[in-house]
Parts: sequence; C-alpha cells; structure tokens
Amino acid sequence: MGNDRIDEIIQKHHGEASALIQILLEIQSEEHWLPREALERVSEKLGVPMARIQHVATFYKAFSLVPKGRHAVHVCMGTACHVRGAQRVLDTVQDVTGVGPGETDLDLKFSVETVNCVGCCALGPVVEINKKTFGKMTPAETADVLKSYE
Amino acid sequence: MACLHSPGDLEKRRNELAARRAAGTPCVSVCAGAGCVASGAAEVIAAFRAELAAAGLAAEIDVKGTGCPGFCERGPVVVLYPEETCYLQVKPEDVPEIVARTLRGKEVVERLVYRDPATGELAVREGDIPFYKHQERLLLGVNIRLDPKSLDDYLALGGYAALAKALFEMTPQAVLDEIKKSNLRGRGGGGFPAGRKWEGSRDAPGDPKYVIVNADEGDPGAFMDRALLEGNPHSILEGLIIGGYTVGAHEGYIYVRQEYPLAVENINLAIRQAEEHGLLGQNILGSGFDFTVTVHQGAGAFVCGESTALMTALEGRAGEPRPKYIRSNLKGLWDRPSVLNNVETWANVPLIINRGADWFTRYGTPGSKGTKIFSLVGKITNTGLVEVPMGMTLRDIVYTIGGGIPGGKAFKAVQTGGPSGGLTSSPRPGR
Ligand SMILES: Cc1cc2nc3c(=O)[nH]c(=O)nc-3n(C[C@H](O)[C@H](O)[C@H](O)COP(=O)(O)O)c2cc1C
Ligand code: SF4
Ligand code: FES
Repeated sequence: MGNDRIDEIIQKHHGEASALIQILLEIQSEEHWLPREALERVSEKLGVPMARIQHVATFYKAFSLVPKGRHAVHVCMGTACHVRGAQRVLDTVQDVTGVGPGETDLDLKFSVETVNCVGCCALGPVVEINKKTFGKMTPAETADVLKSYE
Repeated sequence: MACLHSPGDLEKRRNELAARRAAGTPCVSVCAGAGCVASGAAEVIAAFRAELAAAGLAAEIDVKGTGCPGFCERGPVVVLYPEETCYLQVKPEDVPEIVARTLRGKEVVERLVYRDPATGELAVREGDIPFYKHQERLLLGVNIRLDPKSLDDYLALGGYAALAKALFEMTPQAVLDEIKKSNLRGRGGGGFPAGRKWEGSRDAPGDPKYVIVNADEGDPGAFMDRALLEGNPHSILEGLIIGGYTVGAHEGYIYVRQEYPLAVENINLAIRQAEEHGLLGQNILGSGFDFTVTVHQGAGAFVCGESTALMTALEGRAGEPRPKYIRSNLKGLWDRPSVLNNVETWANVPLIINRGADWFTRYGTPGSKGTKIFSLVGKITNTGLVEVPMGMTLRDIVYTIGGGIPGGKAFKAVQTGGPSGGLTSSPRPGR
C-alpha cells in the first residue's frame, strides 16, 4: 500500500487521532494485515506515537501484524453453533486448508479463525468466508464451499 | 424529496406518502436480514423483481428487502400484503408459482405456509403463526414492513413523529419526566433506569455532553441489537436525537461491533438521509436544535461492550475498562458527561414519546416495563428472535413460543443473558 492511499484514508477521517481505529480498520481490510511502514506513516501523519499504535494494533482482534491469507475463514464456535456440530465443521476446514485456528497457509490463500458469534445463531453451524455467511453447514458442504475459492 | 423545515413539512410529506400507498396496495416483503441472506434471500428478491417485470406487474406491486422479523431459521421469509400471507423457506424456484397463484389468483400456496407440527393446522397470516402469536412485538413487528434503506418507509409508518413532538411540544424536562415515568430500564444487561442516567448527565457540569449507542453486542448467541440496527436504523437514530435534546448533547456516537458490516452500512445511510432531510444536523426541523452523529466501527474485543472500555475505544485508544468509581454518565467520553445506552433501550424511546408512558407501562411487571427481545437459539424447535413482555416465564418462552425441545426430548438447561448470565437447569423452568 502506497503512502498516497494511506494519506487518502487519513484525509477521509479528517486526520483526527481519535479516528485511529477506523483508519487501521480500513488499512487492514485492504491489505489483510498492518505492514510496519503503513503504521509508521499513520503515526507520523496523526502525530500518535508508534508505541500507542502498536498497543492498539495488538489489543484488537481485527488487526494482524503478520501477513494474512486472501480469504478469511471464520468458524463460529459460539454456544448455538457448538451444540449443532461446529467442531466437525472446524475439523473439515482444517483438513481442506491444512491450517488450524489462528494460522495462515504458506500460499497466503486461507487464514482460519474461530469466532464466538457472528450473530446468526438460528443458522448454526455458521462459517463466514470474507464476511459472506454460510449457514446450517455440514462437513461436506464446508469442503465444497472452500474448494470454490481460488 | 425536499428538506423538511418544520413539523408541518414532515406531516405533509407523511400524508403524501400515505396517499400514494393507500391501504390495500399490494406489496411483497422479503426479509433481507443477515440470516435470510445467508439462506438465499437476495436471489428470492431478484426472482420476484424479474417475475413481476415479466408479468407486467412491476409498476403495481412493490418488492422490498426488509429487516429481520425474527424467524430466521425458517428463512427466507416472505410476507405478501395486504393479506399478510406469510411464506417460509422460499426458494427462487417458488417465485413464479407465488406470483401466478397468490398475487394474481389470490390463492394460498399451502406448501410454503407454516404448518403446526402437532396439529397439522396451517397458519397463513404472519400473526397467526404460533411463534409470533404469543409475542408482543412492539419493536420487531415493524421490521418486515419496512426497507431499512428507505426513509420514506420509516416516515410512512409514523417515523420521526416522536422527534417532532419532543422538539416542538415538549421541553427537555417534559421528555425526561416521560422517560422516568415509563420506568424504561437499560436493555444492555445492567437494567439501570434510563431516566435516572439521563438526568445525571443533564445535571452534571461540563460541556459538550455526549449520547452514545452501545451496539457492541458481544454475547455469543445474541443478535437482537443487530436486527434492530440493520432492520430499523432510523428508529435508533430518532431515539438518540431525542436523548441528545433531553440531556443537552449535540453530538452522538454509535459504536457498532466489527462483525456487523450491514448494520454499519444501514446506519450510515440512515444518517445521510436524515441529514439531507433536515432531521439531523443544524436546526433540526426548524427547531433551532443541532445534533450530529458519528458511527464508530469496533475492531473486535469482547470487553469493549463495557461502558468505560467502549468510551476509551471511541477516543481511538485500546479499550480497557477504567476504574468504576468514576461514573461515566458524569465523566465519560473525553471526560465529559456521556449517556450510554444499549440499542434496544434507544429503540424504545420514540415509542414512549409517541404513545406515552402510561401506554408503555401497561406491558411488563411492576418492576420492569415494556418488552424485551431475546434470541432463542440452540436445541429448540423454533429458533430466532422473540419479543415478549418483561416478566414472561422462561417456560412460556421455551415451550409456547419456542415449541419445546425437538423430538420431544427432555429439557436440560437454558442459558440466559450470555456468558455473564446464568444457567438454569430446572426440568420445568419457572422463570
Ligand atoms: C464485559 C462487559 C460486556 C458488555 N457488553 C455489552 C454489550 O455488548 N452491549 C450492551 O449494550 N451492553 C454491554 N455491557 C453493559 C454496558 O457496560 C452498559 O451497562 C450498557 O451498555 C448500558 O446501556 P443500558 O443501560 O441501556 O443497558 C457490557 C458490560 C460488561 C461488563
Ligand atoms: S453464529 Fe449464531 S450460533 Fe454461532 S455463536 Fe453466533 S450466534 Fe451463536
Ligand atoms: S434474518 Fe430473516 S427472519 Fe431473521
């Protein structure tokens, strides 16, 4: 991500330090992680010390300080999904992607996370891929859906 | 649609809308809530549009994607007006038949209607479905009737009438008195009386003051705030503006958890529409009252639902809770008096102002008034969102509305109030 794009995002938030989290969210959503150079640019432009930015970037789950895969796979392990077989869905995700929760494969294709609720419990078990929700998932359907991603 | 400069403009606009949508106008409502979209609602909406266009009915019959009415498990949910015929688990393949038989032929497609598993009886109208019949849907009931992206839909259903009433017919003190009299209590878990919290902020020294919506909804299994914010964003906004007027705040914040992108999109759109129409910004409806709202998207941290942590996050810092001895309604965001209420608490405010505290207190128990939305999930026959009067027993919720445990299995336990709540395991839950 070039400095121009970062400056544009900062501009959109009127260069206000209180918008730090919103700015980092936009960078994260475009880059899938927060590269150090990007954080340095934000620090310089907002006048917020790097130490505070790093604190924010490690505190919130949405941010990553290491590169992430192109597709974010979130398996809901919340109560309602759990009682409806979320573990088997997670096992399938691990089989297909070769990585477990919190990990990214070497081709940077998939990053897998478990989450505690995506807010559509009536459809459990739920898997979200790049924010698209797939409900009432069976292991077989999970495998099919994952295979459809390039 | 032009900017509204007075309550008269607002009423005129509402009358125009009402004239255009005379009672009896046919309309197809398809739930476009997160649950139904995951079950294919977008494809169903597209199929309706295409089929009606092909049948030459596109100009007569409106198709709208709406907010979640609560019966997500049987989605996509479709309701056909004016008959209120409700079809469940509708697939795009069903649409030609619905158009031909129901919209043209006025007959019911029985296969898509709710059938009582015990008696085999059909419930054709939405309100006849047992899942809904025993609820009191003061808040959720309108969701299926409005497109959350349309200000006109909200206005046609009486939207912003409470704001006009508060700004032009009531002093801030009168609004406060009404909220106190309604005994509205916080829906975010603590149950603190909203009126007393507001009064504390209003009386506290320090300017500016802030009003804040807590839409962090971090408890697993809960999605009632999501349904309100996604499905009826203007109602939250209207409540918040009224709150600002009451406590003397000119700035509001809406903190939305990161997992709810559609809620962020809909509330941002609602803010833009309200600004364009003079319902938000400078000199609202010509009243002289100014109010602006900023949306803050969360970045994932359960603790941010807690009030002081949420305010630190709004300031752009790591959201760690502050010591509790500082009351945030007196010293909150940027150390200023700040009223923080849950989404559902705010959603009740326009209702109370419109219909009065006496009406509101008819629902609920002596200690807790109004309704509460619960999300009913897990191993239960009917899952989804339910809205019931405060004080309804868990037994009634699980058995009468939820239809009991699938396969006639024994009831084991019910968890209430999220992980910070309790677990009830009596075989016959009393309440
Ligand atoms: C750990 C923790 C998490 C919380 N999460 C939420 C939440 O997700 N939504 C919410 O409205 N309140 C949450 N609360 C309660 C808030 O601190 C606050 O009391 C509430 O938003 C006030 O609004 P109300 O009076 O309208 O309920 C949480 C509290 C704690 C301690
Ligand atoms: S997605 Fe649904 S089932 Fe899964 S945890 Fe969230 S609310 Fe519960
Ligand atoms: S999302 Fe459609 S009924 Fe809940």
